[in-house]
Amino acid sequence: MSAKKSNDAFWWTLFGGGGALSAMFVPALLFLTTLATPLGWVEAPSYANVAAVLLHPLTRLFALGLISLSFFHWAHRFRFTLYDGLQLKHLNALIAVLCYGGAIAGSLVAAYVLW
Amino acid sequence: MAEETITIEVLRYLPEDGAEPVLQEYEVPLRADWVVLDALNHIKDHIDGTLSYRWSCRMGVCGSCGMMVNGEPVLTCAAFLTKFAPGPIRVEPLDHFPVVRDLVVEMTDFVDKIKHVKPWVIREEEKPLEEGEFKQTPAELSDFKAYTMCINCMLCYSACPVYGLEPGFTGPAALALAQRYNLDNRDEGNDERMELLSNDEGIWSCTMVGECSEACPKGVDPAGAIQRYKLAGAADWWKSLIMKKGR
Amino acid sequence: METKTGYTLHHPKWHREDKPIFWWVKRWVYIGFIFRELTSVAIAYFAILMILAYRALQSGPEAYAELMGCLSHPAMIVINVLALGAALYHSITWFNLSPKAMVVRLGNWRVPDIMIAGGNYAGWLFISAVITAAYILG
Repeated sequence: MSAKKSNDAFWWTLFGGGGALSAMFVPALLFLTTLATPLGWVEAPSYANVAAVLLHPLTRLFALGLISLSFFHWAHRFRFTLYDGLQLKHLNALIAVLCYGGAIAGSLVAAYVLW
Repeated sequence: MAEETITIEVLRYLPEDGAEPVLQEYEVPLRADWVVLDALNHIKDHIDGTLSYRWSCRMGVCGSCGMMVNGEPVLTCAAFLTKFAPGPIRVEPLDHFPVVRDLVVEMTDFVDKIKHVKPWVIREEEKPLEEGEFKQTPAELSDFKAYTMCINCMLCYSACPVYGLEPGFTGPAALALAQRYNLDNRDEGNDERMELLSNDEGIWSCTMVGECSEACPKGVDPAGAIQRYKLAGAADWWKSLIMKKGR
Repeated sequence: METKTGYTLHHPKWHREDKPIFWWVKRWVYIGFIFRELTSVAIAYFAILMILAYRALQSGPEAYAELMGCLSHPAMIVINVLALGAALYHSITWFNLSPKAMVVRLGNWRVPDIMIAGGNYAGWLFISAVITAAYILG
C-alpha cells in the first residue's frame, strides 16, 4: 500500500495561505467595490485617490500576493471537488494541469498587469 | 391493551440467495429504554432468527455494533428508538465496506490500515530498564489523549466520503491513531510515519469534510488530528526542500 | 510484520455498493461541504476582478469609470451578491475550522477552540474595518 511521495504539501500550503488571506480580505473588498458603491450606499472615492493608494508599490506587491494566492486556493480546492464531487478521478492528470496551470497563468497575468 | 410498536426496516443480504439486498420490515415494541440494538435482538430472538449482525458490550465501548440508521452511521447500542419515533427506522450495514451478510461488513481493509500506521511506540534506541520509567506530565498526555479513545467502531470510515470514493485512503481512525503516537512524548517515530503517510493515500487525500469527527461516538476528533498532521507534513516538506538546497 | 490471516481480499459473494456520482445530494451536510468547496470559484472570480480593476486603473480615469459603470449593471449586481455570499460562507467556515489546525499552548494551558476562532474573527473584523474606513475616507 505504498503510494508515491506527493508534492501535495506544496499546493496545500498555497491553498492554506490563499484561504486565510482571502477569508480576511475578500468580503469587505467585494462588498465595498461591487455592491456598496454601485448601489450608492457609499460614495466612490475619486480615481486619483484610488490610483494613489492602489498603484503604490507596496500595495501592488500585496495585491499580487492576494491575487496569486487566491488563484492557488481555488486551484487546489476545485481540483479535489472535481475528483470527489464528480468522480473524475480518471482525468486526474488533466485536472491537475488545468487547475494548477490555470493558477500559474493567472498569477503571471496579474504580475504583467500590475507592472 | 396492545403495546405501541415501531417498524424497523432492515436491509437483508443473503449471499446464498445471490440476489440483491432487500428491505425487510419488522414490528418491534416501542419501549422508552430500548435502543436499536435491543430491537435487533428482539427480532432475532422472537421474530426472525436468520438476521445476522455484530454486537457485544451494548454500552458504547467495544465498537462492534456500528450500522447505518436512517442514513447516518451510529452505534446501535446508543440509538434510542424513541428518538426515531414514529419511524419507520431503516437499518443498513455500515457504508463503504463490502457486505458479507445482512448487517455484517468485511472489515479487513480497516484493520490493515490500522496496522499500516505503525501504532506502537517507536524508539531509535530502546531505553534500558535501569534508566527507569518514561516521565510524562498531564499536559503532555492531554495533547494526544483524545486520540487514544478510539474504539475502532469504523463509523468515521462510513461518514468519510473520501474513503467511499478512494478505498486506498488511509482513513480517519488510522491517521488519528498515527497522531496518537506522533504526539506521544515517548515516541520517536514521527519521521517514519511521515514517510508512510505524507502521500496521496495518506493525509493529502483528506478534504476536511469533517463528518468523521461528527460521527465519532468517543470524541476522538480525527478531523482535527489530520489537520494538524497536514500542517506538520507541510512544514516537513518545506524543511526537506530547504535542506536539500542547502546541501 | 506479515501475518497470514487466511482472508481472501476479493470474494464473489460480498456485496459492494458503488458510490453514485451525486453521492453528496443525499445529506445536507454533504451539500454544505460541496458548496463550501465551490466558494473557491468566487475567490478566483474576485482575483480576476482585481486584475481587471488594475488594468483599468493603469489605463486612466475613463477606463476606471467604465469598469465602475459595468459593475452597476443589474446582472453584475446579482452576480456580485452571490459572490459576496460565497465569500462570506468561505470566511465563516474557514475561521470556524481554524481551531482544528491551530493548537496553541501557553505553558501548560491549551488555548480553547472558541478563543482561536474568536481571534480569527476579530482579525477579520479589524481588517474589514480598516479597509472600509480607508475606502470611505477616500
